[in-house]
Amino acid sequence: MREIYLSGYNNFVLPFMFGMIFVLSWCVIGALRIIIQLPGEDRKKFFLSLINPKIMARNVRDWFCDCLFHVKLWKRNKLLGYMHSSIAFGWFMIIVIGHIEVFLYTPQRVHQIWYPIFFRYFVAVTESTMKGSFFFFLMDFFLLVVLSGIILAIIKRVRSRLFGMRRTTRASITDLIGLYSLWSIFPLRLLAEGFTADISGGSFLTISLNNVLHSFLSDQMNMLPTWWAYSIALGIFMCILPFSRYMHIPAEILLIPMRNAGIKVTHARKGIAKLQVHSCPGCGVCIDACPMSAVKANIKDTTVYLNRQIKRYNESRIEEISDKCLLCGKCTAVCPVGVEGDKMRIAQRSIRKYNLAPSYANIDENLLIERCNKFASASNKNVSSGNNQKVIYFAGCMTALTPAISRSTTSILRKAGISYEIMDKDGGICCGRPMMMAGRLAQAEEMIAKNTAIIKASGADILLLSCPICYKIFKEKYDLEGIEIVHHTEYFDRLINEGRLSVNEGSQRYVYHDPCELGRGCGIYDQPRNVVKAMGELVEAGKSGKESICCGGSLGSLTLSFDRRKALTENALNNLTIASPDTIITACPLCRSTFNRYADRPVRDIAEMLDEATMKRKR
Amino acid sequence: MKEIVVIIGGGIAGLEAATQLLKLGHSPIIVEKSERLGGHVADWNRLFPDLTPAKDIVEELIASSKDANIFLKTEISFINRLKDSYNVMLSNGISISTRYILYTTGFKLFDAQKKEEYGYGIYNQVITNADLEQWFNTGKDKRISGKEISKIGFVHCVGSRDEKARNSQCSKVCCITAIKQAIEMKEKFPDAEIYCFYMDLRLFGKKFEDFYIKAQRDYGIHFIRGRVSEVSENIDGRVIVKAEDTLAGKPLKVTLDLLVLMSGMVCNPESTKAASMLSLPIDSDGFLQSCDNVFHITSSPRKGVYYAGACTGPKTVPETLAEARSAVLEIHSDITNQKK
Amino acid sequence: MSIFGFKISPSSAINLDKIDRSRFDKLCSIEPDAFRCMACGSCSATCPAAEFSGMSVRKVLHCLQRGKEEEAFRMMSNCMLCGKCTMVCPRGINTRHLILSICRIYDKEEKK
Repeated sequence: MREIYLSGYNNFVLPFMFGMIFVLSWCVIGALRIIIQLPGEDRKKFFLSLINPKIMARNVRDWFCDCLFHVKLWKRNKLLGYMHSSIAFGWFMIIVIGHIEVFLYTPQRVHQIWYPIFFRYFVAVTESTMKGSFFFFLMDFFLLVVLSGIILAIIKRVRSRLFGMRRTTRASITDLIGLYSLWSIFPLRLLAEGFTADISGGSFLTISLNNVLHSFLSDQMNMLPTWWAYSIALGIFMCILPFSRYMHIPAEILLIPMRNAGIKVTHARKGIAKLQVHSCPGCGVCIDACPMSAVKANIKDTTVYLNRQIKRYNESRIEEISDKCLLCGKCTAVCPVGVEGDKMRIAQRSIRKYNLAPSYANIDENLLIERCNKFASASNKNVSSGNNQKVIYFAGCMTALTPAISRSTTSILRKAGISYEIMDKDGGICCGRPMMMAGRLAQAEEMIAKNTAIIKASGADILLLSCPICYKIFKEKYDLEGIEIVHHTEYFDRLINEGRLSVNEGSQRYVYHDPCELGRGCGIYDQPRNVVKAMGELVEAGKSGKESICCGGSLGSLTLSFDRRKALTENALNNLTIASPDTIITACPLCRSTFNRYADRPVRDIAEMLDEATMKRKR
Repeated sequence: MKEIVVIIGGGIAGLEAATQLLKLGHSPIIVEKSERLGGHVADWNRLFPDLTPAKDIVEELIASSKDANIFLKTEISFINRLKDSYNVMLSNGISISTRYILYTTGFKLFDAQKKEEYGYGIYNQVITNADLEQWFNTGKDKRISGKEISKIGFVHCVGSRDEKARNSQCSKVCCITAIKQAIEMKEKFPDAEIYCFYMDLRLFGKKFEDFYIKAQRDYGIHFIRGRVSEVSENIDGRVIVKAEDTLAGKPLKVTLDLLVLMSGMVCNPESTKAASMLSLPIDSDGFLQSCDNVFHITSSPRKGVYYAGACTGPKTVPETLAEARSAVLEIHSDITNQKK
Repeated sequence: MSIFGFKISPSSAINLDKIDRSRFDKLCSIEPDAFRCMACGSCSATCPAAEFSGMSVRKVLHCLQRGKEEEAFRMMSNCMLCGKCTMVCPRGINTRHLILSICRIYDKEEKK
């Protein structure tokens, strides 16, 4: 390869260089600010993770899988995955191979950062370059890959349904500028390299284009303007990048190691929260996922819009969006970059100022302890000899309103010969999760402390819960020192496996609804299904497991009024009844009540069904 | 020439309308879904405020309407609208051509199981007003018979005035029914304490207030202003009811041997189905919508289609009977005007 | 104030002429549902905090309307925001948000 210009410089690199320096300094300063904003402990954790080979390996894998290959989008829809990964990976390869070319042919130019980008302008092909035709081919190939992605992106703007998306995000003005400059970069590069290909050399794409162009444009003067245009497109894209959704490209690179280091959202706007906001690519996958989107008016309250409003510091909209959310966590489950929509919203709620703050210091826990420390009392004579585990059952506030669940649960425990005590028979203290959902973390902590004291004093080995809302906070925030925390679905599955319950299998068809807090919240998907399968035929809902649709009754939403939840419940019910089951089974008192209000068929808790399907304990 | 009038529903409204139509020389046809006439009233024991046996009223109505054409265990398959008449197709294959259809499709009792927190269908001590009337009639109910009953509770407004139960309307008759049943229970269990949990006592009808005073003064029934919100079971098989005594402003708890839920009147889905055949309007409470609620309660917006009784909203027995007569009068005057 | 061993306590009667309604009006502008309460007492009966601080959304609303704010704050001091009152309310009032709004609008220290 032979250099044409001694300086290795032309004025057209200026727009690119300006954009490059701008975006680099923006990102470096931003990254530093985010790292500084992290709480000291988290910062230490982050730096330690960077020297941990295991975590680093995971980082590298995630960088490739998430940033370049968009594996999560591939799983969602092949075309959507191809569109994103072709642009990201194709572009990445063009940059990498461009640098390899510079390194191979003009190593003295390595320090000039524009050189690999505009390589073809500065060099001419020679005999010896034929060895490099492999790289020429690769460059053209990846340019073609990117161009195919861009064409798909244009199609997606018009027909998003082809890509498995019913609704997409409405682009803001900066997003549009970014979008159009991004779209124009690659055709312009093709054009510029096409004009230059007879001098610089090229492959199937650029040489053929050169031949076509020269058949009617013989003037070499077309060359320079196209390189200028290419550089300007790059410059505009990079200058608009920090203000558009394309900020997700650099932000995600930092988010991945932070996530793998196990850093959690602690502040509403600073540190990792800020990083998550900027990592949002605005793809709109969360719009279709959001259960509230069943009502068109709620579309602007999905996570992608929350991120946008946080970027704009639009406080009234931030409050509106974060208070409306059901906190079902589905947006987090489907998000391709790992923005935690539910945790972000709780964080937004937590910075709200209240003049009145409840406190539970006046509650005497000894009174509550007295109510539930009577193990081996007269009512539990039939304790089997093989099992000496003592179960304390915390029915929870919601279960008090669905007595069928607590009654069936205790009946099953009796059948299995388990020694149990009910913790909140005559009322008790709430688990704290609803308070936490409202963002009042200090109050929640107080309740946690009170309940911890009561449970520890009870002398039980197992804490049994029938409400997933309680279960999640007990799992995550309580430190009960050796007392096992189980949800009744888990426990029933275990009792059946241990042969302590014998279940009569019926011929009914059941669909199981995954409660948000139990499924996405705690990852319990299989145990309830095992229990249901033991009772009859299990059919699946249209969307289930990780993508199950919230019943609409969630305590997570602070502002959604009773009548505005109806449409959400009906939408969730339609999803559940796709396979026309006889009965809808759930494992959450709140889901049960909510569905029961609008369902056209019985809605039962798994405990009720199991109680009916079990006979007396095997001896 | 006898005019045919199709009456949908053989409850007291339908029977009374048939009786009156026969008197006026018309030819009513009653289409009843169940296997017997009399509707909800036939299930009841005695009626407020005079404690008239329901059986007497139903038997009298059946006797007086016996000349009507009556199809039992029959439903409406579809109704075709012709130029100025209707073609009613019945499930037994009979097709009737008529100019007049009278909806007396009535109401449905709220399914108390939908109020999960009251534990109907879960606790043996919890019954509904209909269960109690049936027990008065037959004396057979394991939940009541053969038990020592010393404390009884009545919960007003179960499934009425309750948006969570999807019925925001007042069911009108439950207050007086609860008082009636409380008195009857007191007569059967003179030593029992009886509590009525009410939100507002709506005793609007003739003699209703006297009945209320009687319950307080002569029968010592306790009235507690507060809606029951939770029912749980204790170890010795009794139910614990939680409410707020709103007059004292204090939470209240009482252990009961029997809890009677006053299930309210809600719209009948069969009525909605029959109305949809002629695309008749449905009101926001789910009941059929009259032309207006003052002057034309028995008229539908469609010519020749009339309503009577609880299909347009909760009604007492005398109101239902009066509406049936009024609808018949409307039909009759329409027929005579046509003939002129 | 204590004169000759007798305490002069503030009148326990409600004087509608002397009540500052500005904050309650503000509350109602945010929570129009507050007016839908029919005082059935479901919320009080089901409330787990009622046992400790006598919490009752019904009474809180009533006290705020009648100028008995201290009493309302005392009741609310043990509210756990568990949502049972929202579940049982026959009028479908969003009591949880109502309570949060009261916590934001009213202030203990603020003098009338």
